Amino acid sequence: MQLLHLMILLPFLFVVFIPFLYRRFNSQLHTGWFVLFIPLILLLYLVTFIPKVSNGNTIFVSMPWIPSYHIDFTIHMDGLSLLFGLLIAGIGTLVVLYSIYYLSKQREALHNFYVYLLLFMGAMMGLVFSDNIFVLYVFWEMTSISSFLLIAYWYERDKSRYGAQKSMLITIFGGLAMLAGLIMLSMISDTYSIREMVSGNRVTAFTSHDLFIPAMILILVGAFTKSAQFPFSIWLPDAMEAPTPISAYLHSATMVKAGIYLVARLTPVFGGAYEWFWLVTGVGLVTLLYGSINAVRQTDLKALLAYSTISQLGLIMSLLGLGSAALYYGLGDEAAVYAIAVFAAIFHLVNHSTFKGCLFMVVGIIDHETGTRDIRRLGGLMHFMPISFTLTIIGGFAMAGLPPFNGFLSKEMFFAAVINVIKMDFVYNNFIGTLIPVLAWIASAFTFVYCMILIFKTFKGKNKVPKVEKPIHEAPMGMLIPPLILGLLVILIFMFPNVLSAYILQPAWSGVLPELAEKGKLQIEISAWHGLNTELWMTIGVIVVGTILYLTLRKWYRVYLIYPEAATLNRLYDNALKIMELFSRRITDRYMTGYIRDYLVYIFVFIVVMVGGSLWLFDGFVYTPSMDAPVNIYEVSLVIAMVISALTVLLSKSRMTAVISVGALGFFVSFFFVLFRAPDLALTQLVVETVTTVLFLLCFYHLPQFKKEMSHLRFKVSNALISIAVGIVVTSVALSANGTRLFPSISSYYEDAYVLAGAKNVVNAILVDFRGIDTMLEILVLTIAGLGVYILIKLRLSGRGRDKNEEAK
Amino acid sequence: MRKPNDVIIRGVTKVVVVIIFTFAINLFISGHHYPGGGFIGGLAFSSGIILLFLTFDMESVRKNIPVDFKVLAAIGVLIAVLTGVGGMLLDAPFLSQSFGYFELPIFGKTELATAVLFDVGVALAVIGTSLMIIMSIGDDR
Repeated sequence: MQLLHLMILLPFLFVVFIPFLYRRFNSQLHTGWFVLFIPLILLLYLVTFIPKVSNGNTIFVSMPWIPSYHIDFTIHMDGLSLLFGLLIAGIGTLVVLYSIYYLSKQREALHNFYVYLLLFMGAMMGLVFSDNIFVLYVFWEMTSISSFLLIAYWYERDKSRYGAQKSMLITIFGGLAMLAGLIMLSMISDTYSIREMVSGNRVTAFTSHDLFIPAMILILVGAFTKSAQFPFSIWLPDAMEAPTPISAYLHSATMVKAGIYLVARLTPVFGGAYEWFWLVTGVGLVTLLYGSINAVRQTDLKALLAYSTISQLGLIMSLLGLGSAALYYGLGDEAAVYAIAVFAAIFHLVNHSTFKGCLFMVVGIIDHETGTRDIRRLGGLMHFMPISFTLTIIGGFAMAGLPPFNGFLSKEMFFAAVINVIKMDFVYNNFIGTLIPVLAWIASAFTFVYCMILIFKTFKGKNKVPKVEKPIHEAPMGMLIPPLILGLLVILIFMFPNVLSAYILQPAWSGVLPELAEKGKLQIEISAWHGLNTELWMTIGVIVVGTILYLTLRKWYRVYLIYPEAATLNRLYDNALKIMELFSRRITDRYMTGYIRDYLVYIFVFIVVMVGGSLWLFDGFVYTPSMDAPVNIYEVSLVIAMVISALTVLLSKSRMTAVISVGALGFFVSFFFVLFRAPDLALTQLVVETVTTVLFLLCFYHLPQFKKEMSHLRFKVSNALISIAVGIVVTSVALSANGTRLFPSISSYYEDAYVLAGAKNVVNAILVDFRGIDTMLEILVLTIAGLGVYILIKLRLSGRGRDKNEEAK
Repeated sequence: MRKPNDVIIRGVTKVVVVIIFTFAINLFISGHHYPGGGFIGGLAFSSGIILLFLTFDMESVRKNIPVDFKVLAAIGVLIAVLTGVGGMLLDAPFLSQSFGYFELPIFGKTELATAVLFDVGVALAVIGTSLMIIMSIGDDR
């Protein structure tokens, strides 16, 4: 274990102390202050790596975990993972600071909160830095679990539990799919290390493998569920029941980007394939459109932000898909053009984390100060909360893609990327291909609309919040500092994009496209003014159309009502869950009848189908009369007698007859033993048969008085068929077994019993000497049965106890 | 109710039980060389006792044979297991039996086998169990 490991696992290590700190110091000091140092230390530590990584170096350290299976906790720090690490630690610091002011020291269970939060932070750190796919999967699921815990932080609320369950089901579903995909990937590439999968000439060899497409699809399912892509996005709006710091941290800045990270990480592996391009781009665009259209109709601020997150994640995802075309074109100059899309994705990822974090925090402040998040009840907050208003404008305009905020830059690059699509030869003259820019543009227009709703419906207009005890006022400074820092970043990134680009984004870019980076093709200069080109006209179009749409919102808002509620994805999910439960309950009720007769039918039918079926399928039935011993008159007459007594058992009208016939059958069997020269068996059979007949009679005598009717065994055709089938199958198996002797019998060995065991009675010698352990256990069985009978009879509830029980009922 | 006069049954039982016990012991001892053995010997022995139960009432039999049959069954299993452990003490595998021929004062040349000890365990377990079952069912009122 090295320092790097220690630092990345630092949140986990610190988690242990939180409950003690909470118990000891909470009355004086908010627990969050202790926690604050952890992401801060992490951030400062990670910052020291920036110079090294930006020079194109990567750091690779390994710690054995399960060496015999080649599963080691290997840290591979390149530009991409460092970027994510910085985001996690940086926004983590701000979120912890924010939560100190957001969560009350007195009312909230802070130890739970910070334990979950740090677990999440550690898991996320491990996720982005681990190189081994299985370690990555472990951390992946830990983020799901800690996110589940955080969403249900206020577990006394129904909605929190619902949201937590939903996100758990969906993300774990995706996680398991991803695990299958990762296993396939490791089978294809014969390594568990992502770095080794990516490097070398392996990549080209992958595409022809049979498992390539299944692995790709399964891994993408994992990435899409985690990153809330269509149609797995439904969990994200419900996850908004979490405390706002959590929504800001997990559900906008970090966890939802885990899927993005995975897609970016595996782009060098899958990127060259058509399917990857279309899947990632297509799903990303659909998500972008779906999220932005749905965000407009939301009335809850956090739900609006949730859908906007979905939409922005779709944007990033589609950019990654578009950028993967660079790998399709190999290493030529064309590739460099498309590679810019990947840069745009990374850039927008950073931008989104800053402005979305900021917006969430502001919404949290509004919620905190006014007590509501409902847009219809909010309005006119501008004068009460000027700082929040400013921050919302910064975040909102950045999200809408307006200058002078960082969203403008990445949005322009997005437009450039979608326009470039038309140049690709495999989408040329393709209807869907030309549709891409159009869809992107429409989605941007809707993005503009909901950003305006967010800003102006909340802060302008009339104040509709009913007068509460305390007048609405600005939040405390501590709560404002984190969004202020983020807002400042939004502007700074716009002002000096190339600083960020040179130190962080470029290395991340070359992390996604390592081969192009080696050839020195990845060069970019970001400038806010890039000429009067198509992108700019598109942005102007977005602003114009968006403004018109926003101003006429009241008129066309009704369009949303046309779409039936029953067809929404949420309703679909709920119904699917309900139907699945109902269906499985029905099935269970159908076959778990509670009647032993039915279960016996299943067992017998199973035996008939399996044994009889395999006998028939493998042509196993053999009958060789030559193996048979000659039949004599005694045996024939004995068989006839036995058949008669067996039929008597079946057809008897009274139980008494049946009991006697069973006894007779037993005695006939002992005659058989006599006939086949087995005196020990005959003796034992005689005595045992007598005893069991006596016990049967005892049971018969003690049958309860009521409903005691002498009835003929009820005849059921199915019973008859099944029993005949079982008889036929067992008989044919016995005949076949008799007909095929693979080996000579070992009984000749026992014939020397007198020499070996000093016994002339071979049966007895086998019982007590050769196979004594069987006998020993059999007498144990006998004794246990006896004790069982004794206990059943003696230890019943006494009469008085029974009365008491009945009274209790 | 008048007590039935079952003097014949009693009289016959007193004679027959002795014969049954003798036969049972014979079955047991001869088991090593002829049909019989611990299991069937034990069953025959307990059938003799059951005959006693049927003829006389349970209480008087119990008074005359003051044995707890649960304990008897347990002792039987214990003996069977211990014969196996005994082999282990002499560095032989569990439950390995041995036999030898000895010159005894009265019987002359006789074969003694550890397997017989094992069979004693079997017989005791069988007797104990069968009587435990019969007595607990018979006692149930």
